[in-house]
Amino acid sequence: MSEGAAEAMATRAPPNSTTAVALTDVNIAFRLADGGSYAAVERASLNVADGEFVAIVGPTGCGKSTLLNVTAGLFSPSAGRVEIFGANLVGLNRQSGYLFQSDALFPWKTALENVAIGIETAGVPREQARERAQEWLTRVGLATFGPRYPHMLSGGQRKRVGLAQVLIRDPKILLMDEPFGPLDAQTRLIMGNLLLELWSTDRKAVMFVTHDLEEAIALSDRVVIMSAGPAARIIGDWPVPLARPRDIAEVKLDPAFHRLHRDIWQTLKAEVLKGYAQSDGS
Amino acid sequence: MPRAKLISLQLLVAVISLLAWHLLTTVPIGGATLLPPFFFSTPIDVAKQVVKWFVEGTIWKHLWITLIEALLAFVIGSVAGVLVGFWFAQQPRIAAVFDPYVKMINALPRVVLAPIFTLWFGLGIWSKVALGVTLVFFIVFFNVYQGVKEVSPTVLANARMLGMNDRQLMRHVYWPSALSWMFSSLHTSVGFAVVGAVVGEYLGSAAGLGYLIQQAEGVFDVAGVFAGMFVLAAFVIAIDWVVTLVENRLLVWRPVAAETRT
Repeated sequence: MSEGAAEAMATRAPPNSTTAVALTDVNIAFRLADGGSYAAVERASLNVADGEFVAIVGPTGCGKSTLLNVTAGLFSPSAGRVEIFGANLVGLNRQSGYLFQSDALFPWKTALENVAIGIETAGVPREQARERAQEWLTRVGLATFGPRYPHMLSGGQRKRVGLAQVLIRDPKILLMDEPFGPLDAQTRLIMGNLLLELWSTDRKAVMFVTHDLEEAIALSDRVVIMSAGPAARIIGDWPVPLARPRDIAEVKLDPAFHRLHRDIWQTLKAEVLKGYAQSDGS
Repeated sequence: MPRAKLISLQLLVAVISLLAWHLLTTVPIGGATLLPPFFFSTPIDVAKQVVKWFVEGTIWKHLWITLIEALLAFVIGSVAGVLVGFWFAQQPRIAAVFDPYVKMINALPRVVLAPIFTLWFGLGIWSKVALGVTLVFFIVFFNVYQGVKEVSPTVLANARMLGMNDRQLMRHVYWPSALSWMFSSLHTSVGFAVVGAVVGEYLGSAAGLGYLIQQAEGVFDVAGVFAGMFVLAAFVIAIDWVVTLVENRLLVWRPVAAETRT
């Protein structure tokens, strides 16, 4: 079953649309302190079309984040090709915005300054940058929180600031590494809906890494499953046939959602158990 | 504990200590006072000496000299510490080469340098400033070095993904991080600047609180020594209070600072 899904994945590039991210046979290895090397990801191939929302799901430690870091240009693959809009990626991926899993805001800057810095670095004058940052804070529902420092904000509010900080740069590709992982269930729902709402206004290509299958299905156009590490591979690829616009809480009641969830879980479950066995056994 | 009660208890400690000191030095027990006033003076004599200094106005000159020395030592030591700390953190090879020497100099008790500084810079304020600088420099240096090295990798990756070049990284990430570490050691470095000034004065000078104490000691004027100590303690507390004010202003973004502020 997983083989068939992998085959389907390779051929699925939506017609008449450009490919935003093309990973071809990417191997990622880390050098270890004892001189050996650890293969994190092996022969991963993945295409993300422009405007497509792809969720990447896999057991803990399978190299999902590593794959994202390679797409961002923060880490070089040991083999394989990374192409962004048809061009080979050299250095940092300037067309992408990255929302990190842990807190990445500058603690010494206020919420407003944190958002403004995203375009100040590109040479936008300070006053103008602040005005636009204020607009973005309003869009993420934090209009009056501009003068607060990150430690004065809740986890969800910090994520909103982070989202505004990334989106104000208007990147063509959005990379998200379990961005809502540390949040409580209700906040995750709200943040998910906020993300979909912002995304629907100008559809960017999204690579959304998560370990939460429900979240993946509810948000994305396609769900990609990775096997347990080491040498994790992409072992499945499912289109999500749910209509948009979606409400994350409501879409979970859709029978189509349940069918898809059951299908994908069949594959994922084995990998999750494998992942646990490895982390427990050693 | 309510504030009023806390303050009255704190005052009580002072009153009891002074009372005990007074009784033990003035009231004979079994024919002799337990603490001979010649060695321990009495609180009243000490208070008289302090009042005399302030009434005659002689103390101001000494306070001023010590303050200037401490300030200069703090500023020069901090600037040098920040520059070298940044430089070493950015150039790991240079840091590695100099590492044993930095450790060696830092391990040296700085008091032994005082005679050399007196030789080099004379009996004026600069030999004391130099001594203070050697103390302040290392505190600031180590903190800035640490601050630059320990920037969160996620924050750094985020900064790069937001398109910062090296100069912007320096200004928006490394600099604030290093400064926050430096400010967190502000109490220590300011304290050491005062220590450098006073010890320097004590070992050879013509003015300052350290000189005042040393002079009194030279003529067995124990009341003078104690009076000097009390003025010095009050002086240090006043400086510490100013540092706390500055710190709360500069570190508003830090959770700890915010808590102490309210």
